[in-house]
Amino acid sequence: MKKQKSVEGSSSLVHLTEEILFAILDYLHGNPLDKKSFSLTCKSFKAVESRHRKTLKPLRSELLTTILNRYPYVTHIDLSLCPCITDNSLTVISIVCKSTLRSIDLSRSRFFSHVGLSNLVMNCSSLVEVDLSNGTELTDSAAAAIAEAKNLERLWLARCKLISDIGIGCIAVGCRKLRLVSLKWCLGVSDLGVGLLAVKCKEIRSLDLSYLPITKRCLPSILQLQNLEDLVLVGCLGIDDDGLATLKQGCKSLETLDMSSCPNVGRVGLSSLINGAQCLRQLILAYGSPVTLALADSLQKLPKLQSIKLDGCLVTCCGLKAIGNWCVSLKELSLSKCLGVTDEGLSSLVTNHKDLRKIDITCCRKITHVSVVNFTNSCTSLSSLRMESCSLVPKEAFILIGQHCHFLEELDLTDNEIDNEGLKSISRCSKLSSLKLGICLNITDEGLIHVGMCCPKLIELDLYRSVGITDSGIAAIACGCHGLEMINIAYCEKITDSSLRSLSKCSKLNTLESRGCPRISSVGLVAIAVGCKQLSKLDIKKCYNINDAGMLPLAHFSQNLRQINLSYCSITDVGLLALASISCLQSMTILHSRDLTPNGLAAAFLVCGGLTKVKLHASFKTLLPQPFLEHIESRGCVFQWRDKEFQVEVDPKGWKLQLQDTSEF
Amino acid sequence: MELRMDPKERLCSETWTKSSLGNNDSLKKFTPDYQSFGNYGSQQNHQKWEDPSRLDCGVRIEPSFPNGDPSSDPSSSIPCNLGDQIKIPDQLGGQMKEAFVKATRLQDWDPRAMLTNLSFLEQKIHQLRDLVNLVIGQENRVLGRPDELVAQQQQLVTADLTSIIVQLISTAGSLLPSVKHNISAVNPFVDQHGQLGLSDNLQLNNGGSKVSDHSDQMELTGNSSAEQNYADQHNLCGSSIKENEVKDDEDGGEGENLPPGSYEVLQLEKEEILAPHTHFCMICGKGFKRDANLRMHMRGHGDEYKTPAALARPNKESSSEPMLIKRYSCPYTGCKRNKDHKKFQPLKTILCVKNHYKRTHCDKSYICSRCNTKKFSVIADLKTHEKHCGRDKWLCSCGTTFSRKDKLFGHIALFQGHTPAIPLDETKGLSGPPELGECNEAINGVGRTGFNFSSITSSESGLQNVVDLKGGADDPNGYFTPLNFDACNFGGFHEFPRPPFEIPESSFSFLIPGSCNYIRKTGGGTDDNDLD
Repeated sequence: MKKQKSVEGSSSLVHLTEEILFAILDYLHGNPLDKKSFSLTCKSFKAVESRHRKTLKPLRSELLTTILNRYPYVTHIDLSLCPCITDNSLTVISIVCKSTLRSIDLSRSRFFSHVGLSNLVMNCSSLVEVDLSNGTELTDSAAAAIAEAKNLERLWLARCKLISDIGIGCIAVGCRKLRLVSLKWCLGVSDLGVGLLAVKCKEIRSLDLSYLPITKRCLPSILQLQNLEDLVLVGCLGIDDDGLATLKQGCKSLETLDMSSCPNVGRVGLSSLINGAQCLRQLILAYGSPVTLALADSLQKLPKLQSIKLDGCLVTCCGLKAIGNWCVSLKELSLSKCLGVTDEGLSSLVTNHKDLRKIDITCCRKITHVSVVNFTNSCTSLSSLRMESCSLVPKEAFILIGQHCHFLEELDLTDNEIDNEGLKSISRCSKLSSLKLGICLNITDEGLIHVGMCCPKLIELDLYRSVGITDSGIAAIACGCHGLEMINIAYCEKITDSSLRSLSKCSKLNTLESRGCPRISSVGLVAIAVGCKQLSKLDIKKCYNINDAGMLPLAHFSQNLRQINLSYCSITDVGLLALASISCLQSMTILHSRDLTPNGLAAAFLVCGGLTKVKLHASFKTLLPQPFLEHIESRGCVFQWRDKEFQVEVDPKGWKLQLQDTSEF
Repeated sequence: MELRMDPKERLCSETWTKSSLGNNDSLKKFTPDYQSFGNYGSQQNHQKWEDPSRLDCGVRIEPSFPNGDPSSDPSSSIPCNLGDQIKIPDQLGGQMKEAFVKATRLQDWDPRAMLTNLSFLEQKIHQLRDLVNLVIGQENRVLGRPDELVAQQQQLVTADLTSIIVQLISTAGSLLPSVKHNISAVNPFVDQHGQLGLSDNLQLNNGGSKVSDHSDQMELTGNSSAEQNYADQHNLCGSSIKENEVKDDEDGGEGENLPPGSYEVLQLEKEEILAPHTHFCMICGKGFKRDANLRMHMRGHGDEYKTPAALARPNKESSSEPMLIKRYSCPYTGCKRNKDHKKFQPLKTILCVKNHYKRTHCDKSYICSRCNTKKFSVIADLKTHEKHCGRDKWLCSCGTTFSRKDKLFGHIALFQGHTPAIPLDETKGLSGPPELGECNEAINGVGRTGFNFSSITSSESGLQNVVDLKGGADDPNGYFTPLNFDACNFGGFHEFPRPPFEIPESSFSFLIPGSCNYIRKTGGGTDDNDLD
């Protein structure tokens, strides 16, 4: 974009029609800064950009009026960065946007009530989507206000704990076009509200009832919803086998069913619930009753099943074999943290489901070489493999993965025995976008260089506590993987500023975790700040050598920084104040930074208006004046007081030993 | 016979309607509904006539008369004379025959007086027949004559008919002390409660056919003692009818299901029921609600009342002979709790009678001081209500309150457009939901109306319901009970979650026009135009 501008004079740009400019703008969605520079070109470009923009994610609620006036055709407002949205803010939005507004996200905002919502709903008659999640202070009146939004199709009310059946009843009667409703954690809602919702809103396609105190009584009306595709019943402890057994007919249109954490639902209830659910594609039964032969057999009749998640369940060998004998061909299997997954069971399963694309066997500690041989041989089209902490799998097995599974995009090998040979083999998976090699103590730069050379699509790399990695490995990654967005080099003690300098070439980098890298200094940080403009999350905890010299450039260049952890850093009030000038900054963790004074902190908090979360040492609670804290809190900031001891870092090998020690007891 | 009977029956009902209306012009607006009521009545009778045993009745009656006194001949001639034109006297004839049958059992009746009475009646009926003939003649000649004339003629005919009926009944009634009772209860229909007489009429119609059976029964059990009171006879009669009608009432009596006749039926007078005190001091006349209190009071009148024997609870005589179970009848004619009702359900205790009578047949004069809406006729009901008044926190946008949340949600699920209402304390700060206020106002208004016409037109509205909801009412007879507002309104409406005690259900008619037609008609009763 910038090239175009420099080549052509602004005079010739005038002749571009609005349609063409709109088409250009359609392509500028990757980096938010692109659109900014586009609108800075000239007045007409700015006007075009203003008319083109459909979605808005403002940083500050104070400027709402201005930005809303600038962007008249905004249909979607995401206020998740504005913690403080009052009734007035909502009224302003409603008056400016009127019926153009179709969607609003208030999930992270507080301080508004039914009055503002009522105005919003009254003026914005086209509202289709409202997210009120985390509205823990919203009452039934707010629900009643929302109920006036007759065109509402999608509504999230997660964690609105004060809303009761009455409020849901209002919504059920008022919003007849609802297609998606999330009532997760709405503890005040019971069978009556849910039942009425199902009776009145026949269009519902997606219903999230997680953790609601509901029982079987509301289920018949839910299952009669003709269009229901997605039903989430996570943690509904009131639903049990006895209740489900009385159901006559399951829901025919259901495609996804999530019954996780329903320990009272077993084979009987489940088969009653999915009876007739011919369209079911995904079944999630995590943390539920044991997966036995009987349970597996009862699920056999689902002709379209593609994905099954049994995370955290007790799994028997017969159960896995029975799943292996299903005539459907599964595409996704998750056995994360399942007890009882053995080579025998898993092998019989994977040899029959050759189409598997995703396998999650995280923490299946009993599986060995045998399983890996089997699934690498049969499931060659695997795109995602997560096998964190499969500690019995020998390093030779990982070579097989690289040899057979060329389509892998996501690979989690955290805490495994993989070595450089394995890593070299895996580097053949050229589509790899996410690679997690945390706590792989056997790998060194040699292996990582292969990855850097052969996996150009890498977006995420996790090297947490992989202590064999040094600057040369990181340099290879930074050189080969230009699209890298996230990297974790925490506790890789050998890493120095040199790594950061090489990483600064990755212009898309938005997350850098370099916790516990004592050799990193302000110099490296400055390089990152200058090179990685999109940096939004930065963790430099226990980088003792980072001081104010790093903070000042960071504050200057990293204008997108949202989240920072500065614990144990050697910064002073000056550095913190500089940092506070970053307008996006929302979350700060500052523990054990000994040079900071209460006055410095107070000044920084006052300057940094967008703060939503601050973790501080509990000692500051008494040192900062209470009215000041209240003032900051009233702007939407939450203080979390921690009273941790000052820790001296243990050596990396010792950490692993320590971990094993504690796990044995 | 059936074919011939039906139109006559209809005529009969219509005539009756008019005659009863003639007493009070202001009630004219209800005429159309009475007609429908009349139709219904005829249907009832029609059903009866289909029953072969019923068909026999008429035949069996005939021989019973020659057996009796020769003086009964003129009486039997009455139905013969009038039968072609008007059916009522035939029905009444039945009633009268009942009287005759009773009369034959009684030693001290005066046949001569009866004869004069009857011939007087015969004359009157002849006159009336001529008059009606005249009217028919005019009708043929002059079409489109002024309405006033028709009205006058109607009034004339109905007035005459009414007096005939009254005399007939009093003639029959004079024979029996307990029948006098009934007359006094029936009599009001000539007074201000014109429309109530209508149901009496129906009772009589049914009664007529019943009695014919009864007469047969009496022939067989001829030696029943003269002292036996009417109620017992009636029970006997009732049982015999039951036997003949097993097909018809398979459901039998609900509730305790005592076989008829296995208990003694007592009926208190209205005044007795409504009296605040039932136990009176023989000395000073002070009244008490409880006998124990009276006994305590008596101590003040002298030492003789202070003895343990005087203070002790009077012994029940039940020890000597097995007591016949006592059950009570409501004195209100046409009430299901009245012993004359076809599906009579006795009341268990005097307290039941009192509460039933007050709740069903009296004005609701106790108003809840908290909500100022709910009215009760029994003070205990008011107290019960006041205990939880305001705690009925489950409120619908239509203004109906529920003590239980599931009932509210059932209500909302049932009706379109009804919404749970947020309690007011929660909506404070909101600009105020105006529709809620209006709603409440409407409710109050309707509540009043409903109450008003429940005293005047309840029978009409109830009947309207019955006619509309043929399938819904399991026992149509039950819904003829005048003033039994509850029964009327809830026919076919059982799923509807009822608030404890009544907000008059008719209130819904104003709030959700169209959503429940049957009720709209009830509500419409207040509007003259609707009916005309």
